[in-house]
Amino acid sequence: MKSFSWRFIRVWQRNRDVFFRLWRSEIPVMVAEPIIILLAMGLGLGTYVGVVNGQSYIEFVTPGVIAGYAMFSASFECTYGTFIRMEHQRTYDAIIVTPLNIEDVTAGEIFWGATRSLLTGSFILAVAAAFQLVHSPWALLILPVSFLTGIMFAAIAVLYSSLVPSIYSFNYYFSLFITPVFFFSGVFFPLSSFPEIIQKLSWIAPLTPVVQLNRALISGTLTTDLLPALAYITGLAFVFFAISLRTMRRRLIV
Amino acid sequence: MSIIKTNNLTKKFRELVAVDDVNLEVISGECFGLLGPNGAGKTSLLRMIVAASPPTSGDIWVLGHNLRTDSRQVKANLGVVPQLDNLDEDLTVIQNLVTFARYFDLPKEEAKQRSREILSLFELENKHDSRINELSGGMKRRLLIARGMINQPRLLILDEPTIGLDPQAKHLVWRKLAELKSQGVTQLLCTHNMEEAADICDRVAIMNLGKILSLDTPQKLVIRHVGKTVYVIEVTSEEKNNVKEKLKNLGLDFEVVDNRIHLFHIDSDVVIKDLGTSLISLQRRPGTLEDVFLRLTGRTLIE
Ligand SMILES: Nc1ncnc2c1ncn2[C@@H]1O[C@H](COP(=O)(O)OP(=O)(O)OP(=O)(O)O)[C@@H](O)[C@H]1O
Ligand SMILES: [Mg+2]
Repeated sequence: MKSFSWRFIRVWQRNRDVFFRLWRSEIPVMVAEPIIILLAMGLGLGTYVGVVNGQSYIEFVTPGVIAGYAMFSASFECTYGTFIRMEHQRTYDAIIVTPLNIEDVTAGEIFWGATRSLLTGSFILAVAAAFQLVHSPWALLILPVSFLTGIMFAAIAVLYSSLVPSIYSFNYYFSLFITPVFFFSGVFFPLSSFPEIIQKLSWIAPLTPVVQLNRALISGTLTTDLLPALAYITGLAFVFFAISLRTMRRRLIV
Repeated sequence: MSIIKTNNLTKKFRELVAVDDVNLEVISGECFGLLGPNGAGKTSLLRMIVAASPPTSGDIWVLGHNLRTDSRQVKANLGVVPQLDNLDEDLTVIQNLVTFARYFDLPKEEAKQRSREILSLFELENKHDSRINELSGGMKRRLLIARGMINQPRLLILDEPTIGLDPQAKHLVWRKLAELKSQGVTQLLCTHNMEEAADICDRVAIMNLGKILSLDTPQKLVIRHVGKTVYVIEVTSEEKNNVKEKLKNLGLDFEVVDNRIHLFHIDSDVVIKDLGTSLISLQRRPGTLEDVFLRLTGRTLIE
């Protein structure tokens, strides 16, 4: 199997340049949405929910919202974004006749998707810190966790993009995968409040371990329980990364 | 020295054989043209040569490297102008060039300078900051060609480079290609423009159904397949069979298209006189590559 080279950075740079060129349409969305949900959930819903696990509700949801939006950022970038570049603009066809190979392109897309997750995660974390919702310096480790989360979800998204026939296929991806994952990963309620069967299922969802990690890091309550969670997302990131390199080659090199 | 060499190169898409056992050699410094009707397999062949498409069987050497193992080194020295426009629509005109230069590891300042130079070379400097969708079709084509030259390639692969260009732009591109050739840049292009093939290509291969039917200099192809002079005679429907019979008896090489008869390989007017008064009109003109093309790949109406 072919792997990628350092040249993936060229695709990452290309996407970065486009992102900053289009910052007027990109950055406000990236900033506004998580803040809205944090305020609506934390303050609005929070007044009804009261205290969860000994925390105010907004404190409870913040780490989950960081995890969730890390997931969304990478997922949007590597579904619609990747598919448009690949199929509609044929950007990759042009790049693969330069010294870059399709594996470099795929890796560049995934690392760029992960960078979007990192940017989103950093931003929400900074806002949370400003509102004094962060209680431990360990919270800084949320940044690498966001990046890893980004790699995992970007790789899953690229894999899906490499298999689907049209851009409409992403409606399924979001309504049947991303949205359920968002609501059943313990972002808004402790998993213990779900029936046992859903609790078990929710551990399949790759966001659950991320929420668990973020929650522990933001409050500084680190235990060895976190290691399996970290191993789980690292493992998934590796596996989906490797598979997506293959499926992208299969799709584009015909 | 050969710059491109293919060995029993075949490409299949499921049952369809797009490129059928092709052995091709392109020599250093030449401009080599591929001609062939739609679907002949030209693009499929070029895509394999630029390592964008894996051969079903056979081998390819480009610039001294086997493409299976060393595609990166090859691609670093390649300039590619694809048949379909794939400019980066998320970037401006100048950013397209600079970003492309970065794929080839050109340092930033050099990339900017080369991009500006090449933009003015193709008379696009006033579109410097335009978006791609603000360009006309021909401007996009020029930018695509400019982009293919950004890395100062040793080998240029051009898939219908001048399609959609106005005569000025076409001649501009031809001049540029001639200049690059004089600097030793080898060129492989495919085209439907016979004038282009005859004027700028040193050698031409005519392809159909995935196979190379004939390969030589344009002049020699003309001499071999149609002769220096071609006669086109027009006859009435009633007289047609009669005339055909006469031509056959004279042992002439001819082809009938509707009420016109094309006569090939004829060096004197003598025979024509024998045909008497059955002719509506007679035209005598030099044989062209287009005649060769049509003869070899078939007309839509052949009797
Ligand atoms: N990706 C593909 N999948 C299936 N069939 C293909 C694919 N690409 C090309 N073909 C088929 O291969 C054959 C050769 O196509 P190709 O594009 O090489 O022709 P061409 O000589 O470049 O034609 P044109 O002058 O129209 O550009 C055609 O029958 C085409 O339908
Ligand atoms: Mg073609």
